[in-house]
Amino acid sequence: MLLVEALPSDKKSPELALPLPFIDLLLRYGIPFFILLLSLYFAIAAPNFLTTDNFLNVLRQISINTIVALGMTFVIITAGIDLSVGSIVALSAVICTGVMMNGITLFGHTILSHPSTGLGLPLGIWSGLLVGAFLGLCNGFFITRFNIPPFVATLAMMTIARGLAFIYTGGFPIANLPDSFVYIGTGYIGPFPLPVIIMLLLALLMHYILTRTTLGRYVFAIGGNEEAARLSGINISRVKLIVYTLSGFLAALAGIILAARLGSGDPKTGQMYELNAIAAVVLGGTSLAGGRGNIMGTFLGALLIGIIDNGLVLMRVSTFYQWVVKGVIILAAVLLDRLKEIRRV
Amino acid sequence: MPILQMIGITKQFPGVLALDNVDFEVERGEIHALVGENGAGKSTLLKILAGALAMDKGRILLDGKPLHFSSPLDAINMGIAVIYQEFNLVPYLSAGENIFLGREPRKFNGFVDFKTLHTKAQAILDRIGANFSSREIVSRLSVAQQQMTEIAKALSQNAQIIAMDEPTSALTEREVEHLFEIIRGLKEEGVAIIFVSHRLEEVFQIAERITVLRDGKYVGTKRIEETNRDEVITMMVGREIKEKIPKRPAPIGEEILRVEGLTRKGVFSDISFSLHRGEVLGLAGLVGSGRTEIARAIFGADPLDGGKIYLEGKEVRIRSPQDAIRLGIGLLTEDRKRYGLVLPLTIRENTSLANLMEVATRGFINFPKERAVAKRFVEELAIKTPSIEQIARNLSGGTQQKLVLAKWLFTKSKVLIFDEPTRGIDVGAKVEIYELMNQLAERGVGIIMISSELPEVLGMSDRILVIHEGKIAGELTREEATQEKIMHLATGGSLAI
Repeated sequence: MLLVEALPSDKKSPELALPLPFIDLLLRYGIPFFILLLSLYFAIAAPNFLTTDNFLNVLRQISINTIVALGMTFVIITAGIDLSVGSIVALSAVICTGVMMNGITLFGHTILSHPSTGLGLPLGIWSGLLVGAFLGLCNGFFITRFNIPPFVATLAMMTIARGLAFIYTGGFPIANLPDSFVYIGTGYIGPFPLPVIIMLLLALLMHYILTRTTLGRYVFAIGGNEEAARLSGINISRVKLIVYTLSGFLAALAGIILAARLGSGDPKTGQMYELNAIAAVVLGGTSLAGGRGNIMGTFLGALLIGIIDNGLVLMRVSTFYQWVVKGVIILAAVLLDRLKEIRRV
Repeated sequence: MPILQMIGITKQFPGVLALDNVDFEVERGEIHALVGENGAGKSTLLKILAGALAMDKGRILLDGKPLHFSSPLDAINMGIAVIYQEFNLVPYLSAGENIFLGREPRKFNGFVDFKTLHTKAQAILDRIGANFSSREIVSRLSVAQQQMTEIAKALSQNAQIIAMDEPTSALTEREVEHLFEIIRGLKEEGVAIIFVSHRLEEVFQIAERITVLRDGKYVGTKRIEETNRDEVITMMVGREIKEKIPKRPAPIGEEILRVEGLTRKGVFSDISFSLHRGEVLGLAGLVGSGRTEIARAIFGADPLDGGKIYLEGKEVRIRSPQDAIRLGIGLLTEDRKRYGLVLPLTIRENTSLANLMEVATRGFINFPKERAVAKRFVEELAIKTPSIEQIARNLSGGTQQKLVLAKWLFTKSKVLIFDEPTRGIDVGAKVEIYELMNQLAERGVGIIMISSELPEVLGMSDRILVIHEGKIAGELTREEATQEKIMHLATGGSLAI
């Protein structure tokens, strides 16, 4: 955005004036076009890419990242950032599975020991969600009450939550989860994997909240100009508290689905998830400077990352190269978006 | 021969001619005051002298020889030092390190020779009678001590000309006395001093000559013993009022707002006044006198240390803008882009921003209703736009100001505070804003208008309060107010003269 604003509106930088119609198409449709292009390439280069099964597989793979990225979209539109989501994914995964399997022990007192599945399942899920939401609330509290930059506050929380996940489990994954729980991550409704349905419903809900409610409007207003929002009588602290709590809650939900899919609550999961989520949000056209963004974009951003991952695996590209290729594609996609912005000016 | 001559200096900014053919000169060992209203061009002239700003036309002669400089460093090397109101010091370094910043004495091995540095720095500080060690960290020094550090820095660079922009504005009376001693000492050493100040009584105390600028033009230079305060004020404000201000006095109703003894420590104190329905109360004063801060405090944007606010006769507590808005007070801030509008949002979204609940049911925005509201205000205020979905960033200054007004009208404000309502707005849009203020007054809204433009204050106000250094310096009725009287009060004089 800064780059865009720095350019005088009546001039176009000559080196950016690309006359090719192909580039124009790219510029007009940005990320969707990029997805299409990449899919075409993979369809030719990778066998089995263009099948319904593989498509549903990609959707299932991106569901965790998308759910985390939904909360991140809200945070980033307020011009904030949440680095703690990856650790919250892990913490909620272990809390959920731990409570489900072993019950609740607080300060050495066993409140509930080895509950039945009927009791343990909802109790575990709610515990995981509550812990995630609470840590998100803590993020919001420190950011609003003490004016700590979100980057620093959530960086600290990232370390704390990760540590708590290890302390809680002693470092070992919690396994042997009941089938009814594992179903959340692996089951289908009709042809659709359950995580995909959860993801799509949540994306719709978040889109609705962001575009149709007063909360959503305030999120945009705060990111667009926090001081003007404050002088318009908007309770900035309240909105930020809600947004960070939401981000923690959604990360916790992602952690629970992840644990169900993997069949274990592992304190080591969720590493770098915050970066994948941020990448999806930014690819989706949400400005890191705040005030601009949308849920559809975030979904497409996550989809693009998912297609890259999937396509490269199908092409049997070595993991080491995958990292580099993925990074380059993300950079190219964002660059494209910048070009689009500059062109529009 | 004068040590410094600035001849025919002209500087054009987008939309404003900041300096128009200005002449200025200083003699060796002279204290020369530069005065003028807000926006007269003093700061621009200083920046050009400091090499921080390039002039469009004109010549600068140093000892009769033409000077060409392209950067602040050139100016420093020529012996010109400018001390701005905001000091240019590194807060976490010592006074000595600041004095020799970038020119530190070195030892044979290339390391900084702190011993020599502090010995030299201390010698300069002692020379101007500073009472602190050069090893003291700048952030722990008082404002006066920081100023002395700046002066010492200028002297360490062998400055022959030292310009000071409002050097006394943050000093206590005693510190001002000490500063004057330092200035007189420097004068004895042959240093030329340019003293920029709003405070005319100080100017008459210290300066030998005085040059007046007005609206970017040179008005004249007088020897202090040949002039007086009244003449200088007349020179500062003596413009004929060209713009016709379309004021329609509205019937003045009962009291709507009263404040008693409002105080914010170090900013303003003991502010009491009342505002009536249909009245336009002008708040005049120089920039930095505390007008904006008083408005922000009434609006709940800044905390108050004391005082009471009554709305329609009842005492109210305003702790946040939310409280103020609920009570029907609106603030149109000075800087629309920074504080007034959310620029990436549309006209529709900005209009409803301060009263979003009105167009929402249980947290869900009713879009047809919101659009209707935006359309209504676009029509009512004649906001020039192709659509209510236009992004606020793309609107002109005048249109943006109307949009801010729309936002506050939608909150059904009973009291509206306009801070510099027509700054940066073209003439046509200005008249429209005045017209809207007339209409609001006729509808019984109480208006407080803060303005630095005297014709505007005189033209629109039913009553004028002049603020000087955080206090009410005087109150003038529409009939008795003149530019001279206002400027007199705003610069610390009393009306008795």
